[in-house]
Amino acid sequence: MNDVLGIAALALKADTHPPLKVVMVGHVDHGKSTLIGRLFHDTGSLPEGKFEAIKAMCDRRGMPFEWAFLMDALKAERDQGITIDVSYIHFRTGQRECVLIDAPGHREFLKNMVSGAAQADAAVLVVDAKEGVQEQTRRHAYLLYLLGIRQVVVAVNKMDLVGFDEARFLTVTAEVKRYLADLGLDLVQTLVVPVSARDGDNVVTPAASMPWYDGPTLERSLDTLHPPPTSSDLPLRFPIQDVYKFDDRRILGGRIESGHLRVGDVLLFSPTNKTARVASIEAWNTDEPVLAARAGQSVGITLDEPIFIERGQVASQPFNAPMLTNVFRGRVFWLGHKPMLPGNRYKLKLNTAEHLVEVQEIERVVDVSDLAKGAADRVERNSVAEVVLRSRGQMSLDPFEANLHTGRFVLVEDFDIVAGGLINMDGYADQRPGQVQKSTNIFRVAHRVPTEDRWAANRHKSGILWMTGLSGAGKSTLAFTLEQYLFRKGYQVYVLDGDNVRHGLCADLGFSPEDRVENIRRVGQAAALFAHAGFVVITSFISPYRSDRDRVRALAPDDFHEIFIDANLEECERRDPKGLYAKARRGEITDFTGISAPYEPPIFPELRVDTSQHSVEDSVALLADYITSRFDL
Amino acid sequence: MDYLDVLENRTIYILREAFNRIERPAILWSLGKDSNAMLWMVRKAFFGHVPMPAVHIDTGKKFPEMYAFRDHYSREWGLDLRLGECPPVEEMDPTLPPAARSAARKTAGLRNMLAVEKFGGLIAGIRRDEEGTRAKERVFSPRGEENKWDFRDQPPEFWDQFKTEFPPGTHIRIHPILHWTEIDIWRYIQREGIPVVDLYFAKNGKRYRSLGDQDITFPVDSNAATLDAIIAELQKTKVAERSGRAMDHESEDAFERLRADGYL
Repeated sequence: MNDVLGIAALALKADTHPPLKVVMVGHVDHGKSTLIGRLFHDTGSLPEGKFEAIKAMCDRRGMPFEWAFLMDALKAERDQGITIDVSYIHFRTGQRECVLIDAPGHREFLKNMVSGAAQADAAVLVVDAKEGVQEQTRRHAYLLYLLGIRQVVVAVNKMDLVGFDEARFLTVTAEVKRYLADLGLDLVQTLVVPVSARDGDNVVTPAASMPWYDGPTLERSLDTLHPPPTSSDLPLRFPIQDVYKFDDRRILGGRIESGHLRVGDVLLFSPTNKTARVASIEAWNTDEPVLAARAGQSVGITLDEPIFIERGQVASQPFNAPMLTNVFRGRVFWLGHKPMLPGNRYKLKLNTAEHLVEVQEIERVVDVSDLAKGAADRVERNSVAEVVLRSRGQMSLDPFEANLHTGRFVLVEDFDIVAGGLINMDGYADQRPGQVQKSTNIFRVAHRVPTEDRWAANRHKSGILWMTGLSGAGKSTLAFTLEQYLFRKGYQVYVLDGDNVRHGLCADLGFSPEDRVENIRRVGQAAALFAHAGFVVITSFISPYRSDRDRVRALAPDDFHEIFIDANLEECERRDPKGLYAKARRGEITDFTGISAPYEPPIFPELRVDTSQHSVEDSVALLADYITSRFDL
Repeated sequence: MDYLDVLENRTIYILREAFNRIERPAILWSLGKDSNAMLWMVRKAFFGHVPMPAVHIDTGKKFPEMYAFRDHYSREWGLDLRLGECPPVEEMDPTLPPAARSAARKTAGLRNMLAVEKFGGLIAGIRRDEEGTRAKERVFSPRGEENKWDFRDQPPEFWDQFKTEFPPGTHIRIHPILHWTEIDIWRYIQREGIPVVDLYFAKNGKRYRSLGDQDITFPVDSNAATLDAIIAELQKTKVAERSGRAMDHESEDAFERLRADGYL
């Protein structure tokens, strides 16, 4: 008798097309389960005897007939009267096969709702005609948006409770549409249907009770939806799932997330930047060799060269590769029992890759009821937030808007998945260009004058004093004053200044994240040459990205001194020596550090100079002390 | 890719995740159509190999045709077959209805095997459309220390990111064909030419839709004697797949109690 409620094997015609996966969401008690029961009954999708069995069970319990019991297959749920997990039911409209995913309306079961809704192609949002849009209506709509679901049918339910009133329907419709439009959900696709699930009005049968409505029934509305397009047309992303050694072949296994590949194609592997050619596509029990494979296929390939490959690397075409970065901004929904806090570390899973990441910053928490963004120092369970995550190593990824498969991730704490998130790279650069050496056949020639001999002649060591800080913090002022002071003391010293190099060495570069990375790369290389030549070189660049500064440090690890010229944003904006902040605030300059682009302060600078506390003279004295104590021979 | 390809590729992905992330996985082979189709996809996933033990929990009460099938194909497919014995019914929870009590032997046999072999994960061929409690399953479904399934607090599962971390002393059930339906499986068996036990095909107006122990499994009325006929029958029928399984029908919650206790 347990099968009574089930969901039992409804044998339906299997089309060659996959069924449309539809998730039902909405505020608790707005009538989702009843609507599902109705939809099944009225489309003739119930197994024989189900209706009677549920009726018998309700009679036995002395209660009126309850459609919702069809879904609530577990005893515990029947007793509680709420759906506690996700269920999947196959049914058929007049036109197509569907899988209905029922997600719970109760707030604390968000993770189950996410588990169900993430697989859906489309959603039905159920809204009570009397109560209108409620907290969970908004929350669920927002999650649909985060999960990437862009097709929504709205069922305004319980029309019988408002006397089938058209005006009330239009009010609720306007309310829902306003919220969906604010989210950016496509309104052209949004059908709103007035229904009464209890009586079956406009579910499958057009309702005589609402003659003013001439749109499609809920069933017909589902027929207007489409499965999402495949990702075969996007650039190739082939995350490596495993490396097998069967029968002396080394086979790279994985699923092609987007794009396609062919035997003979050159693949670039990230983050290692190694390339090799596809020698074969391996398959079992096929008559003919497989020559090509595309998005959605779980395949195995061999390469023509034995380069090092491991799980988590991503294969792509050489010129359409994922971004490499150790930092990104994520929009996350938080499922953890413990709050997310700045400085916390989590295991990030992105396709098959895993990285240890640290929460660098919680930028804002989104209030889903009015979409307002507020500052916060933590993310609580069931909240949505924008955060900055940083890893040690390089991560291969795409912005979510460019590729949903490689643009989303989950976070794991202890043994549990505690968050899902979408990647946004606005303001952050692709770090790949700095890692690839394009010219080949270049050999280094050894100098006959060792750097140590230059030091002895100069009577001081050489090195790079890398000043970083916001515009207006005082970098240039201090750099030139310090240069003058050291020169008078007999130092070989020279300043590389941001504004100056942009007139020559870097005249071709703008202020986009990519150009900033290249700007700092060139300056870093030039500074390293000066240091080898025996100079104390002082650089004065905002250099907002930690990864760029770390890369310069790697050029001359023993001779690099990171000097944090620190002044808070308000102070810099007050000084505004070049009038740039004012322009940025007016929107005349885009990508301005501190206003519309990020600044990542050093974590362990060799020296920090707080210019909002110290005068120029004091600051120079501090710097001079630092230099003479470390550089004098 | 057609629909069966979509289903197959997702199953292969899940099987490879299980093989990569789970220490000492084993695959449960009930000898039924579903686990045969699943084993077939294991061989696809691993290029003709079955790189993990295949476990058959033997109640000793299966049909003779099933034992013959097991002996033949475990050799032909080169399986590392492990047989798990089940304790007598007298040792089972006496409060369970008779058929469920009999079926509980399988859970006990499974538990004994886990205790000996220390498998970190069991790959099982259950499907969501079979039965109400299975509809709520996760693809990677953790089991507690007593093999218990906590269906009230299941881990989130989305974007094909599965729970692959869990504390010592627990194990995980992996369900690679959870998203298939009964008719999908038959269409796949037909397309791929996968062998199945003859009992599925009608003789004298009866056939088995689901295979379990002889004494608690009953045939349904059917004249479907070929794959085509079975598929045609399933397109029309409104009879539940497990209608011939006695333990499903004894009480409202018998099967749920079995599953919470570790039954597949």
